[in-house]
Amino acid sequence: MVLRRFDVHKVTSVAEAVALRQRYGEDAAVYAGGTELLLAMKLGVARWPHLIDIKPIAALRTLAVTKDLVRIGATVTHWDLERDPAVANVLPVFARLEANVANVRVRAAGTLAGNLAFAEPHADPPALLVALGARVILEGPTGTRNLLVSDLLTGMYQTAIAPDEVIVAIEIPLPARDVRMAYVKFQVLERPSVGVAAVATVRDGKFVGPPAIVIGSVDEVPRAVPAAELAGALAGDPRTAEALAEAASAAVDPSDDLAGSAEYKRHVVGVFVRRALGQLMAGAA
Amino acid sequence: MGRREIALTLNGTQRRIEVEDQVLLIELVRGLGLIGTKLSCDTQVCGACTVLLDGRPVSSCTTLAIEAGGRTVQTIEGLADGTKLHPIQQAFIDRFAFQCGYCTPGMIMAAKALLDEKPDPDAATVRHWMEGNICRCTGYGSIVEAVLDVAHPERVGEKLP
Repeated sequence: MVLRRFDVHKVTSVAEAVALRQRYGEDAAVYAGGTELLLAMKLGVARWPHLIDIKPIAALRTLAVTKDLVRIGATVTHWDLERDPAVANVLPVFARLEANVANVRVRAAGTLAGNLAFAEPHADPPALLVALGARVILEGPTGTRNLLVSDLLTGMYQTAIAPDEVIVAIEIPLPARDVRMAYVKFQVLERPSVGVAAVATVRDGKFVGPPAIVIGSVDEVPRAVPAAELAGALAGDPRTAEALAEAASAAVDPSDDLAGSAEYKRHVVGVFVRRALGQLMAGAA
Repeated sequence: MGRREIALTLNGTQRRIEVEDQVLLIELVRGLGLIGTKLSCDTQVCGACTVLLDGRPVSSCTTLAIEAGGRTVQTIEGLADGTKLHPIQQAFIDRFAFQCGYCTPGMIMAAKALLDEKPDPDAATVRHWMEGNICRCTGYGSIVEAVLDVAHPERVGEKLP
């Protein structure tokens, strides 16, 4: 499919990118990997006469692991993330998730920031990022602000990013050493049908505080499962798994689509919550 | 703006080409007569259009041609050494790893990127890497075996379990 005419503006600073966002408004989109943007443009569902290419901005290529967090620059690709030894060391579940995003070509070009900015509901990273309390750092004309991923994603292809803002990084706070996590997904099409992220601390077989269970790809945005009453519950008890699976099936609001009927999706959500919990406990020390 | 000259290394040859910003990499390479790269799904799902950009496999159907500026592009036409086929090409023939052949250039380019990065993959690694390349006729067993043959010449011809 041939693309309609547009101009690519290669920028070398965030300030320049923000200035172009201000100048062109809705007529411009931020461009990095293009894996979602160019698809939408080819399909004709979106058209931007101006693309702001942020790849030349050196500062956005940084992937840093500090003692408190993983900071992922806006042009860091899935390919980079799945190969980074420091990320694999501190967040092995996230590294494995990244290694299973889409396919190798999408990972080679696509960025995590682009994945979030596009807000495609059927995506792997958002559920785990929400469960981990990750934040997105945005820069605009009046300065920097940061949003929880759960606040960034507001609907299907909808985000809280202002028209004059640019994502500069994603920050994932590093969990304490004894925090366990899991991400499991069900996928028959090109994109996940259901993804379940689980993050919890288990001591003496019991949850310390409530487990964070987040369902991705089912609703328009990742759905956190209310689990306050499971603080202190026996993590390996089948009744706990059952309660969580039921809570998850009730928490999501699926619709019928190519990935299945709403009823089917509720069922699969329950199954995958139990599997996520199983993985969480299998990693038990 | 809108139109620029890019310098790239295409299958080992330095070239300077003027392109408009919205031109896709697949339009560029096929326009230059390199028609081994195939367009199929046009949505980054099937892998028929796979070329290597600085060694990484990308969907040329969803990559702007200007991305090749200052970089190296390899297409299926760049693999053979004169009339001597690249070992991956030969292995695909030896293993009957294609029927219609439409997916084959993309399969072989994807396999090349894998073997360049990991010369010694196991079957699971090959399957995971190649899962974004779709073949509608041969089935995948012989394709995985062809890639493994190149990685492990001492085991050529071994059937996968």
